[in-house]
Amino acid sequence: MDLTLSDEQQLIVDTVRRYVQEEIVPLEADLDPDAGELHPEDQARLIQKTREMGFYGLDIPKEFGGPGIDVTTRALMAIEMSQHRAGLYNPCYGTFGGAGLAQLYEATEDQKERYLFPTLRGEKKGCFALTEPSGGSDPARAIQTRGHRDGDEWILNGSKLYISGADKADFALVFARTSDDPGRNGVTAFIVDTDTPGFHVRRVVHTLRSTHYATELQFEEMRIPAANMLGEENRGFAIANDRLSRQRIPYAAGCLGAAIKAQEMAIDWAKNREAFGGLLAEKQAIQWMIVDNEIDIRHARYCILEAAQKADRGERFRTEAAMAKLVASEGSGRVVDRAIQIHGGVGVTKDLPLERWYRELRIRRIGEGPSEVQRLIMAREILGGSFK
Amino acid sequence: MTKPVVDLTETTIDALPAQLGVYEIVDRTGTTVTIGYAGGREAFGIRTALHRELTDHGVGGLRFRHEFTHGYLTRWQELLMLYEADHGALPSGNVGHLGTLGRLSPLSAEPAPTGSN
Repeated sequence: MDLTLSDEQQLIVDTVRRYVQEEIVPLEADLDPDAGELHPEDQARLIQKTREMGFYGLDIPKEFGGPGIDVTTRALMAIEMSQHRAGLYNPCYGTFGGAGLAQLYEATEDQKERYLFPTLRGEKKGCFALTEPSGGSDPARAIQTRGHRDGDEWILNGSKLYISGADKADFALVFARTSDDPGRNGVTAFIVDTDTPGFHVRRVVHTLRSTHYATELQFEEMRIPAANMLGEENRGFAIANDRLSRQRIPYAAGCLGAAIKAQEMAIDWAKNREAFGGLLAEKQAIQWMIVDNEIDIRHARYCILEAAQKADRGERFRTEAAMAKLVASEGSGRVVDRAIQIHGGVGVTKDLPLERWYRELRIRRIGEGPSEVQRLIMAREILGGSFK
Repeated sequence: MTKPVVDLTETTIDALPAQLGVYEIVDRTGTTVTIGYAGGREAFGIRTALHRELTDHGVGGLRFRHEFTHGYLTRWQELLMLYEADHGALPSGNVGHLGTLGRLSPLSAEPAPTGSN
C-alpha cells in the first residue's frame, strides 16, 4: 500500500491545515470550552471562504454540485479538520458544509425536489431516526415502531431514542416495521415532516457530549402520505445500513485527527516540563507513553487509508472500514488518555481541549456501530458468512 | 430545577461553591426574568455569572435558584425549551435565543384530556 500523498493531496492537506490553524483555532479562544457553534457572523464569513476554496459541500456527489473529492482525499481532509477543540463532532464548525442525509440521493424525483435540494440549499434540515429504546446495535431486529397502510397514507406509532437534531429538523427519516418479518426484511423508511400531527420531541437526553444533546421521539397515530415512503416497502433497512457502512471511514479519520493533535500537545509538554531534575521527555515512563501513542496513531492511519484506497478502486471495503472505525476510535481514546496523563493536572482542566476529546472519544467507540458490531462485521467476512 | 429560590444578594452568591451550572432568576412576583449558565470561561463559575446578573439587574427583589452541572450548555437549552413549551414564550432576558432553540413537546406541556370517565 502506497502511503505517499500525491502533489494535489498534499496541497489540499496543507490548505486545510492552515485553515484550521489560522481561522478556527483563534476563534475558539473566545468561545466556551464546550461550544459547538461559532458566532453567526464568523460562520458566514468562513463559509464564504470555503466556497472560494472550492471545498464547500464536501460530501455532496459531483452530479449534485459537490466538488467530487475521492474517499482517500476526503479522509485526509477529515484528519486535518478535526484538529481543534470542537473538531471531533463539529469539524471546522460545519464551515465545509454538509451533504444532507445520504439516503435522499436515492429518493424519487418528487422527494428530491421537496427534501434533498432544499437541504443542499440550506433551506431545510433533516434528522435520522433509527435507534429505539429497544436497542441500536441491531436495529433490524430491535425496531418496534409500527407502520400500517391506510389507503394513500401510512400510520406510524412508536418511539425513537438518541436522535440528534430532531427538535430543530424540518423532516426526519423514520424507520418502522411494516410487516410481520421480525428482521431486516420487515422495515420501511419514511420521510416525515416534523410538523406532522403526532410527531413529538418528548425530552432532551443528556450525554457525556455536553455540547450537544440527543432527543427522544414519540409517534402517535402519525399519518404519512404514501408518496413519502423512501425506497421500497420492507426494504428500508438496506437504506439505513448503507449509511452505517459508508460513514465509517470519515468517522475514523475524525478520531485520528484528535489523537494526532493530542500527541503533538503531549510531545510539546514533555519537552518543556521539568520534574525531578529533568525534562519529562527524558523519563522512560513518558517516552513509552509517547511511543505507544505513535503506534496507535500509525495503526489507525494505515487502516483508514487502506479502507479509503480500496473504496476509491471500487473494491469491497466493508471489513477494512469496520477495522478502521474500531482501530481509530479505540486507539485515539488511548492516545488522549495518555496525553492527559503526561500533562497531569492541567490535562483534566477546561483550559485544554484534552478533557473534551476524552469524553467525546468515549462516545465514538459506540457511535456508528460499537466496537463489538465492527468485530461482528469483520468476523462474518473473514469466516465467510454468518454461522448462526 | 427543583431547588427553592433564595434572594439574589452578594452574601447568597458568595456562599456558593465556584462550580459550573445553570440558574434561573425570578422577580418578586415569581416571574422568570432570565435563565442563564455559568460556563467554563467564568473565573469563579456560578459565582461570577450571578455577580454579573446582580450588577446588570441591580439590587432589590430578585431571587434565584441554581443547579450544578458540567452539562451546562445542554441543560440551559433544555430549560429554555421547557419554559417555552410551558409558557409559549421565553423569559424576557432570553428572547434573543428563540431562533436558535429547538422545539420540545414534553408530556407535561400537553393540555389535559377532556371527556368523562
